Amino acid sequence: MSNSVAISIQDVHKTFHLSTSPSLWQRLRGTKKVHTAVEVLKGVDLDIVSGETIVILGSSGSGKSTLLRCINRLERIDAGRIWVNGELVGFVEKNGDLVDERPRALAAKRASIGMVFQHFNLFLNKTALNNVVAPLCAVKHMTHDQARERAIPALEMVGLGDKVDTYPSKLSGGQKQRVAIARALAMDPSVMLFDEPTSALDPELVGEVLAVIKKIAHSGTTMVIVTHEMQFAREIADRIVVMDEGVIVESGDPETLFTNPSHPKTKALLSRSSNG
Amino acid sequence: MDFINGVLSVFPALLGATPVVLQLAVGAMILALVGGLVLALARLSGNRIVRGIAIVYVEVFRGTPLLVQLVYIYFVLPSIGISIDPIPAGILGLGLNYAAYLSEVFRTSILSVESGQTEAALSLGYTPVKALWRIVIPQSFTVSLGPLGNYFIAMVKDTALTSVIAVMEILKTANSINSQTFQTTEIYTAAAILYLSISLPLSRLVVILEKKARSHE
Ligand SMILES: Nc1ncnc2c1ncn2[C@@H]1O[C@H](COP(=O)(O)OP(=O)(O)O)[C@@H](O)[C@H]1O
Ligand SMILES: [Mg+2]
Repeated sequence: MSNSVAISIQDVHKTFHLSTSPSLWQRLRGTKKVHTAVEVLKGVDLDIVSGETIVILGSSGSGKSTLLRCINRLERIDAGRIWVNGELVGFVEKNGDLVDERPRALAAKRASIGMVFQHFNLFLNKTALNNVVAPLCAVKHMTHDQARERAIPALEMVGLGDKVDTYPSKLSGGQKQRVAIARALAMDPSVMLFDEPTSALDPELVGEVLAVIKKIAHSGTTMVIVTHEMQFAREIADRIVVMDEGVIVESGDPETLFTNPSHPKTKALLSRSSNG
Repeated sequence: MDFINGVLSVFPALLGATPVVLQLAVGAMILALVGGLVLALARLSGNRIVRGIAIVYVEVFRGTPLLVQLVYIYFVLPSIGISIDPIPAGILGLGLNYAAYLSEVFRTSILSVESGQTEAALSLGYTPVKALWRIVIPQSFTVSLGPLGNYFIAMVKDTALTSVIAVMEILKTANSINSQTFQTTEIYTAAAILYLSISLPLSRLVVILEKKARSHE
C-alpha cells in the first residue's frame, strides 16, 4: 500500500487577537480598545499518512478545533506550513514567503477536504437530499440528475435513504449529523476532518453516528477525528495524538497510549473518562 | 345616506388612479430591492471606500424627507438639464429613498444567518462569493421577508407624496375632484378607504408569506 503523506503539519502557530470594549473606568482614563492576544497553537508538528485514522484528544480549549480549522484554512495560520496531498492549503509560496491563495484555488482544495462540525451546520432551508445535491451542483458542476444519483447512495450509506425529503428541523441530532457526513463524503474528499461529531448529541444517538464513522474508516479514507469518546478512539485510531495548551504532548498507537500513558495530561484525560 | 352616496360616487374616479399607484409602488420596490441589496453588500464589503460610500448614501437618504427628495428630483434636476416625467420621477424618488431603508433590512438579515452555514459551504468548496449568493442570501430572505413586506405597504401609502410632483395618483385625483365639487369630506373619506382596501389585504399577504417561508425552520 502507498505510504504517502496525506497531511503534513509543520511548526504551525496561531494567535487569536481580540479587541474588546474597555470598561467604563478604562474609558475614563482614555483607553479606546483593549487588545488581547491568545496564542492557541504554539508550534504543532504532525504527519498523517494516507489512509490513516488519527484521533486527537485533549481537554477543552487545548486547540483541537483550531488545528482542524487550520487544515482547511477556515482559520489562517500565522506561521508554519500545512500541506494536504503535497499542496499548501490557503497559501502559495513566493520566494520563500507565504502569500494568500486566490479564493478559487483555495475552494478547489477545500472541496477535497471534508469537514464534519460539532453542530452539523446543515443548510436549514434544504431537504436532506438537497443538502447533498447543492454542493455537488455548485462546486462539482454536476447536473441535478447526476448529483441526485450520487447523493441518494450517500444518504443510503448513512442509513437515511428514507429521509431524503425531510428538512433538518424534522431530523434528530444523530440524523442531522449523518446527513452532514453524507454531504461531505459525496464530494469524494481525500481527507475527512471530524470536530467532536457526537458532542452535541443525546447519549442514545451517539452510537449511530460513531457506527457510520467506523464504516468510513474501514473504506480507507484519511481521517482526523477530535472526540471525547475514549472507547471509540481506542477502537478506531491508528494513532492517537494528545494536545494540551496548543502543543502535542504525546502521540502513539492506541494500545500503548491507553495501557501505558506517559504524559501527565494523557493520564488525567484517561482517568477522568474511566471514572465518568 | 347622502354621505354614503357621495362617497360611492367618487370611487370610480379614484379607482381609475389605482393602476398608477401600483405602477409607482411596484416599480419603486424593484428599484429599492436591487439598490438595497447592493448597498447592503457594499456595507458588508471589506473595502473601506465602498463601505464609506454606502454609509453616506444611507445617511443622506434617511436623513432628509422623502418629500424633499421627490421635489428635488422633479423640480431641481431640470435646472441641470435632467428632466424626468412625473411617474418615472416618482419611481426614482421612492426607489432611491426606500433602498436606504431596505439596505438595513438586508444587512441585518444577512448578518443573522449563522456563521456555521458559511463555514459549511466554504468547507465543501464554495468560494466566498458563491457561499454568499447560494447559501447565505437565500436564507436571509426568510428573515427579511416580513420587514420587506411592511416596507412595501408603507411605500404604497407614500405614493401619495408624489401628488406634489404632478403624478395623477389617488390623492391628486381626489384634490382635483374636490376643486370642482367641494364634497371634501366624501372625497377624502373615499380616498382613505381606498388606501385601506389596498394595504389591509397586503398585510395579510405578508403574514401568510412569512409563515410559509418559515415553515422549514
Ligand atoms: N475565533 C476565536 N477568537 C478568539 N479566540 C478563539 C477563537 N476560537 C478559539 N479561540 C480560543 O482558542 C482556544 C482554543 O480553542 P479551540 O481550538 O476551540 O479548543 P478545543 O477545540 O480544543 O476545545 C480557546 O481558549 C478559545 O477560547
Ligand atoms: Mg473544539
